[in-house]
Amino acid sequence: MAEPTTPTTEAAPAPAKSAAPAEHRLLVTSSPHVGTPESVPRIMHTVWLALLPAAAAAVWLFGYDALLVIGLTVAACVGFEALMLKARGLAWDEVRHLAFDGSAIVAGVLLAFNLPATAPWWIVLVGAFVAMGLGKHVFGGLGHNPFNPALVARIFLVISFPTQMAVYISPVDSFTQSSAERLELDLAEFDGQTYATPLGRLKDAVRAQADPAKVEAIRAEVAERYPVADLFLGRTGGALGETSALALLLGAALLLWRRIITWHIPLSFLGTTAVVTGIAWAVHPELYAEPLVYLLSGGLILGACFMATDMVTSPVSRTGMLVFGAGCGLITAVIRLWGGYPEGVAFSILIMNALVPLIDRYTKGRKFGETRRAAA
Amino acid sequence: MVRTFKRGGVHPPEHKQLTERKPIETLPLPKRVVIPMAQCLGAPAEPTVKPKDAVKAGQRIGEPKGFVSTPVHASISGTVKKVDLYPTAVGARILSVEIESDGKDEWVEGIDLESREVDFTRPDDFLPALTDAGLVGMGGAAFPTHVKLKPPKDVKVDTLILNGAECEPYLTADHRLMLERAPEIALGLQILMAVLKVDRAYVGIEDNKPDAAATMRQALAGTLGVEVAVCRTRYPQGAEKQLIKSLTGREVPPGKLPMHVGCVVQNVGTAFAAFEAVARHKPLVERVLTVSGRAIREPKNLRVRIGTPLSDLVAFCGGAADDLRKLIFGGPMMGKALRFEDVPIVKSTSGILFFDREEAAAVREFPCIRCGRCVAACPQGLVPCDLGDQAEHGQYAGFADALDCVECGSCQFTCPAHRRLVHLLRLGKSEFRRLQKKG
Repeated sequence: MAEPTTPTTEAAPAPAKSAAPAEHRLLVTSSPHVGTPESVPRIMHTVWLALLPAAAAAVWLFGYDALLVIGLTVAACVGFEALMLKARGLAWDEVRHLAFDGSAIVAGVLLAFNLPATAPWWIVLVGAFVAMGLGKHVFGGLGHNPFNPALVARIFLVISFPTQMAVYISPVDSFTQSSAERLELDLAEFDGQTYATPLGRLKDAVRAQADPAKVEAIRAEVAERYPVADLFLGRTGGALGETSALALLLGAALLLWRRIITWHIPLSFLGTTAVVTGIAWAVHPELYAEPLVYLLSGGLILGACFMATDMVTSPVSRTGMLVFGAGCGLITAVIRLWGGYPEGVAFSILIMNALVPLIDRYTKGRKFGETRRAAA
Repeated sequence: MVRTFKRGGVHPPEHKQLTERKPIETLPLPKRVVIPMAQCLGAPAEPTVKPKDAVKAGQRIGEPKGFVSTPVHASISGTVKKVDLYPTAVGARILSVEIESDGKDEWVEGIDLESREVDFTRPDDFLPALTDAGLVGMGGAAFPTHVKLKPPKDVKVDTLILNGAECEPYLTADHRLMLERAPEIALGLQILMAVLKVDRAYVGIEDNKPDAAATMRQALAGTLGVEVAVCRTRYPQGAEKQLIKSLTGREVPPGKLPMHVGCVVQNVGTAFAAFEAVARHKPLVERVLTVSGRAIREPKNLRVRIGTPLSDLVAFCGGAADDLRKLIFGGPMMGKALRFEDVPIVKSTSGILFFDREEAAAVREFPCIRCGRCVAACPQGLVPCDLGDQAEHGQYAGFADALDCVECGSCQFTCPAHRRLVHLLRLGKSEFRRLQKKG
């Protein structure tokens, strides 16, 4: 086949009125020649925008310290992302471009949402380093990490620094109150104990099940201290961004409307947790709380709407997403009801992250025209 | 009821308003034409003329070689100037015949450009007439029409589908043809039905062209067994397998052809050409196409002689804008981008698009973030992101599964990382076939 070259004058004499001035430099690419206006940076920036209502709620609930923790975490994540991109040998303008593609910001906000308001600065730095390093760049950066970076960092911190990671405070009295101040008041109020989360108290009840009187006392305390309306608004203790179901659901609605996430993972996740805790509650109402309490407590809404739905670490097909979400929901419920930890959202998502290649393999859809998909 | 296929698809901005209200104009007779011998998806024809030969319009100048091949005809009268390799829209240089016009536009004997008579009492004459006229599929694939109309003995075809979906953005040639030539297309449809001996036919039209559907309905009123079916405007509604699914509910199995589910799909332009071949004995020497995009001053629908140099069209449409950035033969989803060469219009050229800097903006490619949009968009039920990864890593074994990819471009259109998925799939499929051949 002859090499396509500019035609000779004889083969194709340029007509006098040729509309092809020599300066036309034409772009030759393979089809298609049109594409969606959506882009990876637009998606990532929209995701952290969708997290802003919950960030605002965090500041409202836990004061200016929340703002500091979120700001420092995001800055640290973007900084480590840039350093690691540079370490991988990219040119500076590439580094600048990629560090601000939004993915490091999302990871930073999500990691901050998993920290207590009392988190010291060095925990933030260690967490950001682990998220960007172990969570992302050891695998090759954006798109290649099997596990959600923010959750890798959270689990790393929970296991390494169990004491510091469990110092939760009650909602502050005003924006200007520091978390240390609030912590002092909590310690005075709860006989030298820090604020207990609803899931922590429910786990205490399960641990005390040999003593029905104690179980009953704890259940009564939970019902009184954590009314469902407060849980929904977030007026309870916990990690920064996980407490306000309302703010999180607002952000999730934005992502659904922008079609960045679909309903499949959040709904199957929340639904499965509700069903399993519902069964436990139906069988042992004296020991376990009603499903709504489990749904609104801890990191379930945050996890189901913003972390399990992380595209990079979840299945690509709709069926796969349903399986993935259901698996997350089941593991979360099992850990919360019967496991050693009061909370299981982070573990459940990481475990299911590991199963994604397998899920993808077995949930490939039927090809067009196939009567039945051949066994994979 | 608006029909559609169920799985996948996308809805790109249509941009049809640039030309959909513009009646088809006939391009002035070109001073010279370059007619490639390879204009169908099959063996190239063999030239039967030599330099200095006088030819008339409609005269055969290339003989088909084998069954899957079509004859080629002169589209103007004049003198053969040269038989040589010429640059073409497929990118390669192809053996072509250059004819210099004598300005008279004389047609060979037996061609009656005004006739509307179709003798339905002699249906056996139809297929030879279509074969001699050099008909190919005019939707873009250019498969020889007579081959599709002659299914093997063991295959039973019961339905003809006329494809008026025109699902590619920008293109409006089929739309205008249906509006302006509905009675002729209706006769063409009946000719094709008679050749296939079927008593059932559909005309599939997307619901963004209600006027075309109404006109076709009127033209076909009283024709038994024919339904003008409105389909959802969803790309790739006009892909053979998707249109068959939309209209009949049948799915062509992987590796099979439409005829294996009893269907033959022909473009409305092909039906019009069939009418001309039978009623007027006129071979396929001209076609209707759309010239559009923001970098052409006056977008138009044009009737153009085959072999007309692109520069003639550009001049007739007021010239290209200064910020012309991309030139596409075909639609924006499946068309081919060219360097600016003065290539000839061929039988399969359904449109020529001139994109300016904004339309042709090169977007930055990101790594796959596994969002799954390509999986949801693939009408064939494939996993394009995984296949793209495999091709990038030089692993082609998985492409056994992907040979059904029709390269419609839905996956790449919807990809927020703007990965060159179609390119990777093409690469994977061709490498897989090559390795298979090697054993």
